[in-house]
Amino acid sequence: MSADSATHDDHTPSLWDWKRWVYSTNHKDIGTMYLIFAIFAGVIGGAMSGMIRLELAEPGLQVFNDSFKLFGMLEMGDSHNYNVMVTMHGLIMIFFMVMPAMIGGFGNWFVPLQIGAPDMAFPRMNNISFWLLPAAFGLAFMSMFVGGPAGGEGFGGGWVLYPPLSGLTGHPGPAMDLLILSLHLAGISSILGAINFITTIFNMRAPGMTMHKMPLFVWSILVTVFLLLLSLPVLAGALTMLLTDRNFGTSFFEPAGGGDPIMFQHLFWFFGHPEVYILILPGFGIISHIVSTFSKKPVFGYLGMAYAMVSIGVIGFLVWAHHMYTVGMPVDLKAYFVAATMVIAVPTGIKIFSWIATMWGGSITYRTPMMWAIGFIFLFTVGGVTGVVLANAGVDAALHDTYYVVAHFHYVLSLGAVFAIFAGWYFWFEKIFGVKYNSLLARLQFLFFFVGANVIFFPQHFLGLNGMQRRVPDYADGFANWNEISSWGYAIMGVGMIIFFLILIEAMMSRRKGEANPWGEGATTLEWTLSSPPPFHQFSTLPKIK
Amino acid sequence: MRFLAAIALTWITATTAAMANTGIPTDGALGFQHAVTPIMERIVEFHDLLLWIIVPITLFVTALLAYVMVRYRAKANPVPSKNSHNTLLEVIWTGLPVLILMVISFYSFPLLYMSDEIPETDFTIKATGYQWYWGYEYPDHGVEQYLSNMIPEDEIVDGQERLLSVDYPLVVPLNATVRLQVTAADVIHNWAMPSFGSKIDAVPGRLNEIWFQVTELGTYYGQCSELCGRLHGYMPIEVRVVSQDVFDAWIAAEPGTDDANAILAQNTADRATRLAQLD
Repeated sequence: MSADSATHDDHTPSLWDWKRWVYSTNHKDIGTMYLIFAIFAGVIGGAMSGMIRLELAEPGLQVFNDSFKLFGMLEMGDSHNYNVMVTMHGLIMIFFMVMPAMIGGFGNWFVPLQIGAPDMAFPRMNNISFWLLPAAFGLAFMSMFVGGPAGGEGFGGGWVLYPPLSGLTGHPGPAMDLLILSLHLAGISSILGAINFITTIFNMRAPGMTMHKMPLFVWSILVTVFLLLLSLPVLAGALTMLLTDRNFGTSFFEPAGGGDPIMFQHLFWFFGHPEVYILILPGFGIISHIVSTFSKKPVFGYLGMAYAMVSIGVIGFLVWAHHMYTVGMPVDLKAYFVAATMVIAVPTGIKIFSWIATMWGGSITYRTPMMWAIGFIFLFTVGGVTGVVLANAGVDAALHDTYYVVAHFHYVLSLGAVFAIFAGWYFWFEKIFGVKYNSLLARLQFLFFFVGANVIFFPQHFLGLNGMQRRVPDYADGFANWNEISSWGYAIMGVGMIIFFLILIEAMMSRRKGEANPWGEGATTLEWTLSSPPPFHQFSTLPKIK
Repeated sequence: MRFLAAIALTWITATTAAMANTGIPTDGALGFQHAVTPIMERIVEFHDLLLWIIVPITLFVTALLAYVMVRYRAKANPVPSKNSHNTLLEVIWTGLPVLILMVISFYSFPLLYMSDEIPETDFTIKATGYQWYWGYEYPDHGVEQYLSNMIPEDEIVDGQERLLSVDYPLVVPLNATVRLQVTAADVIHNWAMPSFGSKIDAVPGRLNEIWFQVTELGTYYGQCSELCGRLHGYMPIEVRVVSQDVFDAWIAAEPGTDDANAILAQNTADRATRLAQLD
């Protein structure tokens, strides 16, 4: 009967049937749409960082002034538009690139496959989770073209949205309202997705797959979605209060009416700090699989790895105010947040050392995903140790809101999370699309990314130490040198991005047929037991786990 | 590896020292601006200690990675071990970081409390952030608020710095312990002075305070360090540290006026002459 039903269920609809996508309830199709959406948003967010680096390439205002026209036609406006670029770059990369790629894309694709489930628990909810995102993105994009502050368009107050700058004082125009609604939609999308993943992972594991036999990627998604479920409602609350402050005369964050702008910061970072772990945790899962696969060894210290992620998630809720050392907190409170923050270094260290121990004694092949994974481990270590520096409130007085912070979080996100996404992309590319990519080009892309990203962000440590503050379109002449180098790094990484699209086009045009398991004996999780691409519906007879 | 770390650190320390001049960013600098307050000196010391910890850790992890990459490549080690547990190892790499963190906090907390707890001060200055300039008051000297605006790029004259110089600077006497109270009138700003190790948010409806005691004469520059709208990058902070006599004369000449600025200009000229005579 099992062989029977496997063939019976395999009636894949045409790729060109629009209903297949718009009405989709299939976790793999939805996952693919998430990935495409993430690439689309990533290109826009990446282009914005291009404007930023172009402006910062030398002192003075070159791009955001009256006379400059991008490609001879696009007027870039004034320094307010620079602030809009900085703001939207952050929001787009976080909410519309990394989260959709990791959780929506890889999570949707591989959580059901790795736990041996036919689909997600709530397939229709999965559909609305995805389709809320383009709507949210549309609102965010529109916000750039309606009134913001007096005489300007768009919201230029940074992704942290601090009032009073995001209130009527700073941005009286409708841009901020559109942005609030956009984040509400994105938040609903994520909360629905989180509920879906939690239900799927708790209830739909194949017989015999206990929690402690679950692949680490599934563990990482489970922790991530719990963080989403618990933190996003807090953001939603803060945003709603901001919305009523702006439109209905309340004064939650308005000192003149008895409110407190710092309250918003506490609420925001109670969401915001778990959020940055949301961005990186699925990457931890992906890296564990890749390192184990290409070392042909099981993951070292599986339980330690799983519970390190759980503890990172838990502690992630207890450290939020280390983003706010300069707001004027009582010193004892600062001391608490210093201590709590440094504790995170311990489980993170466990993960780094366990990855190396997984490689230790292995028989390592350097296929494309493994190169990205090793790149990740190195870069994440660099970003991690600067995090320990920043945790100390005493030193933070010199580094807060400088480029040191920018360098730190780009090492863990732009290099950490993005490298993990590319590692996963090349690890699962064949499984998802059923065709092989050109691995020579993919390694070349890695090389450009690794060099480019380091050239962009390593000099920013020096800028920060020397006092260059964040979010400024122009800087004192003494910062010129490192900024120029940093901008050259962007050009290098840009070449890598072009290679990425060449790889995609080349793979789709030449259609080399993918194997079920291209990685050999090291690839032990359930997705490799299926064809590439997997059948439209899989596991109609549930696999049994020994 | 220790050797490499030592080289890197020597380089960093050397360039920082070599490029030390009064508080202004330096091209190609690798470290902090020149420290001129007890707080900033402690920050620099503590950061040096942190470098001694984080650089070796990074190099250690890199070396381990490089070793396993070479030693356990498929060619050199065709048969993988199945080893996936080692309790002792796991205890060590959990325990050792805890110890290192305890060492860090042993130095971190005293610095935090030292910088946060305000000692007996000589006088108070109040700074107010506006979009996009600063206002300063000296309540103890009966000086009402005067405004401090950036000098636009096309009006910069010799001796002034683009984006950093202001029309009416903040002035403090050498070695005086100053309490600085900071607030804002519209949105959140941040009063930051890299050479002093000072950085404090200016929040509407709140009065934050910090302290500093500057131990070297000179002109120091900082910039607003909390995004505050269109001209966030254009509201610098300039502090002149002068002798008590000059400070008294400046106060008497009514800060925020051309007369007061003339006293500062005279002082700068005198100092240049004296330095020239020393050479």
